Amino acid sequence: MENFLSRYRNVSILVAVLFAQVLGLAVQVKRSTENESTRLIRVWTVSAVSPLEKAIVWFQSGTSNLWHGYVYLRGVRQENRELKDEIEKLRLERVRLVDDAEQARRLQALLGFKEQYISKTTAAQVIGSSGSEQSRSIYIDKGSNQGLDKDMPVITADGVIGRVLKVYPSVSQVLLINDQTSGVGAILEQSRLQGILRGTPAGEVILEKVMSDETVQPGEKVLTSGGDQIFPKGLPIGTVSKVSAGPEVFLNIRVRPATNLSKLEEVLVITRKEERTATVAEPAPARAVDILSQRLPSVPDKPRESAVTTAGKATGAPNPGAGSAGSSAVTASVPAPKTPPVAKSATTSKPNGAQVATDAVPAPNVAPLAKGVKKPAVDDSSPSTPASVKPAMPQKPTPPAVKVSQQTTKPIDAPPKPEQQPAVTPAPPEDKPQ
Amino acid sequence: MPITYTSQEQVEVYRFSAPAAILIPLAALFLQAFLPLRLHFFSIFDLPLLVVIFFAVARRSQVSGLLTGAVIGLLQDSLTHHPIGVYGIAKTVVGFGASSLGVRLDVENLGARVLVTLFFYVVHEFVYFLVARGLVGLTLEWSWGHELGSAFANAILAAIIFTLLDRFKLRA
Repeated sequence: MENFLSRYRNVSILVAVLFAQVLGLAVQVKRSTENESTRLIRVWTVSAVSPLEKAIVWFQSGTSNLWHGYVYLRGVRQENRELKDEIEKLRLERVRLVDDAEQARRLQALLGFKEQYISKTTAAQVIGSSGSEQSRSIYIDKGSNQGLDKDMPVITADGVIGRVLKVYPSVSQVLLINDQTSGVGAILEQSRLQGILRGTPAGEVILEKVMSDETVQPGEKVLTSGGDQIFPKGLPIGTVSKVSAGPEVFLNIRVRPATNLSKLEEVLVITRKEERTATVAEPAPARAVDILSQRLPSVPDKPRESAVTTAGKATGAPNPGAGSAGSSAVTASVPAPKTPPVAKSATTSKPNGAQVATDAVPAPNVAPLAKGVKKPAVDDSSPSTPASVKPAMPQKPTPPAVKVSQQTTKPIDAPPKPEQQPAVTPAPPEDKPQ
Repeated sequence: MPITYTSQEQVEVYRFSAPAAILIPLAALFLQAFLPLRLHFFSIFDLPLLVVIFFAVARRSQVSGLLTGAVIGLLQDSLTHHPIGVYGIAKTVVGFGASSLGVRLDVENLGARVLVTLFFYVVHEFVYFLVARGLVGLTLEWSWGHELGSAFANAILAAIIFTLLDRFKLRA
């Protein structure tokens, strides 16, 4: 035996090393279902590699910031102007969304829905990858020291990218959604069909467990369903790119991820979610006469030549164009005031539909403009651009949280109401009942 | 010094300084983890494998080769989320095979290096495929087109990298 071992020493060592590794693998595979602790060798390797990665990323981003922030500023003015325009449009859009969200919350409250809200996120920079085509994971520069924990969802502004798999003190490993061992509960936006999103060995993303008798169209958006208890409901994942008959009774649905998973630089880790039942803004007690007086056109106490005040002035928010044009308005032609919706905890969309718990205050409302008033510099192309109406007489008290309907904006060239209109004219037809 | 079967000439056995023996594999691991983020196509390369082949062929010692392969493979495993040992086993086999070949053949010239890398890349992928499917239960797809394409790419890269790494060789 000794002679045999000495003769085949090298082969014996090879067999011994291979056997040890196979044994180690078997132990790990058996334990993988249990609460697996991080192996020391992983800690060592990550500790050895990640500082260098961090340093390079830091240097790279610093150089890039220096160049783009201080040197290469071509086109910044133009971009700034465009962004300001965009902000104006988004402000108006936000009013509508807050209103819609409030309506949805009321319905949810009626049904007793519990919903998850993203209440805290941590931004992190991608510093490395696994370096293997079979293991689609990345490393980010935040770890347990920054409050990260296992199974926290990781997103970008475009959508979901994965979840935290392993956490080290200053680094974390994130399993991407296109890895074959990942799984995300998903729902199709239009058809509301639910399935499980998985990665393939080739790095593609497929939606499984959708029955073949269902109809799914390419181009349909895929969102998180919240059923996996990891990702909050409603985060965008991607778009259906191809649908074909799959094995057994299921469809083979290929999904193109919303985020380019091969070009990740900065990500957001959702570090805290809150689950709570939707609440409705409680309106302050109001007298019926006050409500009625708001809804109906009012007659001023004293005739005034200029009584239209722009919402932008009143709320302190910019409303270009409207402020300078108020002087030519006729008081009697201004409809009764609308109190903007005040949501106790309305939801805003972030990112792309993810609900973030914020105490939302509606954006400034746009006052309707009477005849002869210049059109504000806002995009009127959107048919749903909302605005509520400021009272003709600012001194008139308005209940603080009475919910009003949407779509109160009137087109600028709409015929104004005659000045002789009686004070008891019914509310405008676009006002929805509460 | 061992005698080659091909030229009946004595072939050189090399060794490496301790810093080179430690830092070169670490640099390969680092680049393998970092570069695919910026250059996505880089994921078809396997720098740690090239380093294993280079060390194994240069040292011409089977034990040294398999141990080098095992250590580098295990370190590479630790960067993935799969169980540790899949790359370890594959690179152990490659390290042993490459050093065995290095003992018997003169693999110092460019053509031989390309062919050796081509061959051992396929061996590495095959062993990885077997272990990942058989022991870990991963669902992998074997595609000859992809594997051969990657093998050629790695072989060309190996020809360049081996030339650079030759500077760290010390005569034993």
